[in-house]
Amino acid sequence: MTDDELIWRIAGGSGDGIASTSQNFAKALMRAGLHVFTHRHYPSRIRGGHTYTEVRVSSEPVKSRGDGYNFLLALGDSFARNPQENAYYGNEEVKPLSENLDELDEGGVIVYDSGLLDTDDIPNFDERVEENGWHVYDIDLRTMAREHGREVMRNTAGVAVTCAIAGIEPDVIKSLMEDSMPEKVFEPNMSVFDDAYETVLEEFDADAPDVSVPEGEHEEEQVLISGSDAIAYGALDEGCRFIAGYPMTPWTEVFTIMSQNLPEVGGISEQVEDEIAAAALAVGASHAGVKAMSGSSGGGFALMSEPLGLAEMTETPVVLVEAMRAGPSTGMPTKPEQADLEHVLYTSQGDSHRVVFAPSGAEEAYKQTRRAFQIAYEYQIPSIVLYDQKNGGEMRNVPASVFDEEPNPDLGSVISEAELADAPHDPSGKYNRFQHDVEDGVSPRSLPGQEGGRYLATGNEHMPAGHIAEDPDNRVNQVNRRMQKMEAIRADLDGDEETNTHYGPEEAEYGIMTFGSQQGTAEEAVDRLNDDGHSVKMLGVSELAPYPVEEVTEFIRSVDEVLVVEMNASAQFRGLTQKELGRFGEKLSSLLKYNGNPFEPAEIVDGFVTSIVEDGSLPGHETKFVPAASD
Amino acid sequence: MSAFSAIGENAERDRNEYTPGLEPQPTWCPGCGDFGVLKALKGAAAELGLSPEEMLVCTGIGCSGKLNSYFESYGFHTIHGRSLPVARAAKLANPGLTVVAAGGDGDGYGIGGNHFTHTARENHDMTYIVFNNEIFGLTKGQTSPTSPKGHKSKTQPHGSAKDPIRPLSLSLTAGASYIARTAAVNPNQAKDIIVEAIEHDGFSHVDFLTQCPTWNKDAKQYVPYIDINDSEDYEFDNTDRSEASEMMHETENVLHEGTVLTGRYYVDEDRPSYQQEKQRIGEIPEEPLAERYFDDDYEWERVYDTFLDKHK
Ligand SMILES: Cc1ncc(C[n+]2csc(CCOP(=O)(O)OP(=O)(O)O)c2C)c(N)n1
Ligand code: SF4
Repeated sequence: MTDDELIWRIAGGSGDGIASTSQNFAKALMRAGLHVFTHRHYPSRIRGGHTYTEVRVSSEPVKSRGDGYNFLLALGDSFARNPQENAYYGNEEVKPLSENLDELDEGGVIVYDSGLLDTDDIPNFDERVEENGWHVYDIDLRTMAREHGREVMRNTAGVAVTCAIAGIEPDVIKSLMEDSMPEKVFEPNMSVFDDAYETVLEEFDADAPDVSVPEGEHEEEQVLISGSDAIAYGALDEGCRFIAGYPMTPWTEVFTIMSQNLPEVGGISEQVEDEIAAAALAVGASHAGVKAMSGSSGGGFALMSEPLGLAEMTETPVVLVEAMRAGPSTGMPTKPEQADLEHVLYTSQGDSHRVVFAPSGAEEAYKQTRRAFQIAYEYQIPSIVLYDQKNGGEMRNVPASVFDEEPNPDLGSVISEAELADAPHDPSGKYNRFQHDVEDGVSPRSLPGQEGGRYLATGNEHMPAGHIAEDPDNRVNQVNRRMQKMEAIRADLDGDEETNTHYGPEEAEYGIMTFGSQQGTAEEAVDRLNDDGHSVKMLGVSELAPYPVEEVTEFIRSVDEVLVVEMNASAQFRGLTQKELGRFGEKLSSLLKYNGNPFEPAEIVDGFVTSIVEDGSLPGHETKFVPAASD
Repeated sequence: MSAFSAIGENAERDRNEYTPGLEPQPTWCPGCGDFGVLKALKGAAAELGLSPEEMLVCTGIGCSGKLNSYFESYGFHTIHGRSLPVARAAKLANPGLTVVAAGGDGDGYGIGGNHFTHTARENHDMTYIVFNNEIFGLTKGQTSPTSPKGHKSKTQPHGSAKDPIRPLSLSLTAGASYIARTAAVNPNQAKDIIVEAIEHDGFSHVDFLTQCPTWNKDAKQYVPYIDINDSEDYEFDNTDRSEASEMMHETENVLHEGTVLTGRYYVDEDRPSYQQEKQRIGEIPEEPLAERYFDDDYEWERVYDTFLDKHK
């Protein structure tokens, strides 16, 4: 964290409005010209339980949550008051304070609601405050909120206190509240705001902490967008008008956004009985000539293995989204992990293929979701967008112009009725929809209802018109053609400039490789390492299948050693890299974290220094991140 | 112009149009009841004047799943138990299509039971034909969900301890709005029922009794059938839920004792189909979604103009 940054953590109970309050706070600061980045931490409970959101604010672009934080706003855990002493969840009430102290920077600020929290319940609180030079503001936010309106308005009081301490112009927040609240609610919120703001100025003196919000200015209009928003918007702009799904955290976010938006653009959303059905519906809709998607998280995606294979065999385009969370089985529902990589790459029987993109953040998520549709529909193959609980939920400012793109209703390799008249047909009268010898392996498909286009789509091996067959020559031809498509896609994607991300100096001694949600954090780590006199560059891979063999080979060849950073315990991404490259095993070491929290930049910096620079052991080893007590 | 010119042609049709020219010939065993379904479907499609290209026949896996290999329409031979989700999405995507799904009793009432229940509940506008031969045919004669209690097979050597599923009652409870049972040995009734089922606006479930002479020699499928709609012994109002339910109960009790009753068990013309309900609440477009991709005049909404304001 640099000095001129605010990393604001608002903590409370699930259901306390932490998410919406932090989102408004972030949006207000974005409007004021700053760069913002939010990070969510929440338990798998609906009401109660400790949750927080961090908003990192800077005048420079921000790529990760940063390390630690410097401003804590602890609201009461009002929904989780535990009637039983010493019950399993312990004393919930003080968690917004007690759970968050370990990562608070020296000299940081603590604001807590003294109407709900009692520091006597926290062991050694005063000593710790003293030791760390924390500035403590105990304000009865609850009573204040009750006096002006309702207890929930203590969130507003907390934001007002933040403004007073960090020197944020109140109008920035107020105007946003005015936009987003009905008048009846807005007025009392304003009274709460003013009261809290004044209280800080009057009752707490000049010993003001060194925590403030910098000035900033954007060159162009920004929007506050999450990864899930960006995936949904990419799909919509690419002409996706059909989604089928079944809720599962964290995939539910994309599903929800699509379900809310599709009717507005004349599309269809279906919540169905299970994930097998969900993916099968997407296949059915696509077969009939609509751009369609489905998705899930690990456990639900496991059920999609069958329809995924069906889509591959029948060459039905479809886009599936996989939002990873910690597994196996239901694992940790609200915690991020990158351990479904192999599941997504290899699930489904036989020589089956799919295209996999792993966008790192919102901007890439938008672009790569669009690319996933283009590839799926052009090459008649399933494409998967793989992301995780971290980048799905984190919000950041992105230039609005990123979304200023033309929609694309093109269905890809579909044959027209006019072309069908001259196209090859089987003696049975069916259209040879699965021809053997076609360029790039892509045989144009007809759509049900087109004159002259009848064929049988089947998950069994089939002849050109779709008739089921076990003829050996046909089998070899069909397998080869389906595989040939993957090579064509590889060549197509190699031509894309923006898929994978190179970061840092072109010439460097060492490399860091990562994929998906950890990329931004790794970029920050690379900057710091180079500032500290090391020589490091990064490759963020977001095209996982077909794997960009040449690009990665060149990267690894250009450095002495590479640290592969990923959020899982079995080094799946490193394994994939070695499998695809068939060499370089001796150059790759792993830095792995799998405690339910994403990497912070300092952890990558430390991991790099200890395992690459200082470590005398053979390359190829694994460094497993040892979590701090509260991490 | 529409990309789907074959839809809604309604020309005079000959049942030979639904027969493949040269290949493939059905690989069903001689005497298999599946031939009866194929014949009935062809007759029905011809009678309805449907063009082969406006029909989409989705099947599951099993001997039954091969139906669309021998029927000249568009076809989607899906995976075991999954014909319904594929079929109903195709219908939502392009309501102009006449969508028929088919599968076996293992396929439809076993592995696909969940989809069956939910498709019926939602009352999708489509027809579902279940080839009920009370056995797993293609995997060589294992006990199926409709096999009678005590049925012996290689995987149930001591005889099944389970009561068979009651497909008609299940369907009624789940919400199908047209429910009938017919049989391969009753070709005229079978054709008429499929015609009605396709014309019905909502989910039509046809439990189609098909004999499997290869694996299910004991099944009571060769006995004469009684048509409940013709017989004076079985007077009931098939638009009345509870009377329908009672009739189904009776049939399902006696099926394995040698009395086979067929006919229309339940017909609800009033219940709106799922498509109509979705349209009513504004969750489905007026014109077929699939057509839009070919409409050069259609203005595609952009996220930038439509949704971005709330993020600013
Ligand atoms: C997921 C899956 N499980 C099992 C099978 C094997 N299988 C193929 S057909 C079949 C049973 C078919 O029985 P039924 O649905 O009654 O149809 P029939 O063959 O009698 O027409 C089974 C179990 C499969 N193809 N897929
Ligand atoms: S095994 Fe039975 S169901 Fe299958 S084709 Fe032969 S007779 Fe028909």
